[in-house]
Amino acid sequence: MLGSLIILLFFIIGTLVGYYDILPFDLQNYDADKYTLYLLMFLVGISIGSNKQSLSIIKKINWKMVIIPLITIVGTFLGVTVSALFISGISIYDIWAIGAGHGYYSLSSIYISSIRGEALGAIALLSNIIRELFTLVFTPVLVRYFGKIAPISSGGATSMDTTLPIISKYSGSDYALISVFHGTVLTVLVPIIVTFFANLNS
Amino acid sequence: MFTVVIIMALGIIVGYFLRNKSKTKSFIEKLTMVVIFALLFVLGVAIGSDKNIVSSLQTLGLQALIISLGAIFGSVLLAWWAYVAIFKKRK
Repeated sequence: MLGSLIILLFFIIGTLVGYYDILPFDLQNYDADKYTLYLLMFLVGISIGSNKQSLSIIKKINWKMVIIPLITIVGTFLGVTVSALFISGISIYDIWAIGAGHGYYSLSSIYISSIRGEALGAIALLSNIIRELFTLVFTPVLVRYFGKIAPISSGGATSMDTTLPIISKYSGSDYALISVFHGTVLTVLVPIIVTFFANLNS
Repeated sequence: MFTVVIIMALGIIVGYFLRNKSKTKSFIEKLTMVVIFALLFVLGVAIGSDKNIVSSLQTLGLQALIISLGAIFGSVLLAWWAYVAIFKKRK
């Protein structure tokens, strides 16, 4: 929770710096976002590879575990398609691309802003941060009314790290493993799906 | 897109060899946070320097909210169905 608020704060500071033109040089000339993203993906890879749980998870994989990431993805696409009915001026492909971020705001916003422009990048950022914050705040309610998988799906790619503690607490530790597996699969898939839909429209 | 997947795969391999080095792992975790902060700052600068975006930030925020709600409730409802239909039965 605190983490995502700090992240939002950095974004807001960045926006102010950009707005008042404080920096003496233009960051965009250096492809700063691209290389920072590459570094981030490398670090995310390391944290997946060095996770000792990963190996025990692979041993316990069954079809029920595999089906949950799929459910999250299909549910997300159906849901944002309904959202599209209430939004004018953004194409359905872009709405799918934004939804396909599955809470992975750092990566999806950079991708979408580089392929589709900064305005859509900003929507992707806000939309995916809202998804993470919502999951952090409403997991107890989700578990109570929609079952133990609901917060995992709602958390999307974040179910392996930032939302894992709260999911584990309310869905039970036997769902923690499912949650890590789900988040890892989505973390790997998000860059692929987001770029696929973002490119459809450019 | 493939560049990113390859970079990530390299990271996973490197990570595998670092799995018993807890000091390195906690350093990586901290570094990840710093990089995420940097990334969001850079994105903020790009958005802030575009006056058209700044003036329509309210609309963008509302659109973002509508998309998040669709994404959340679409996945939650399907997860609810899966929980009732597949998971609850075995217990």
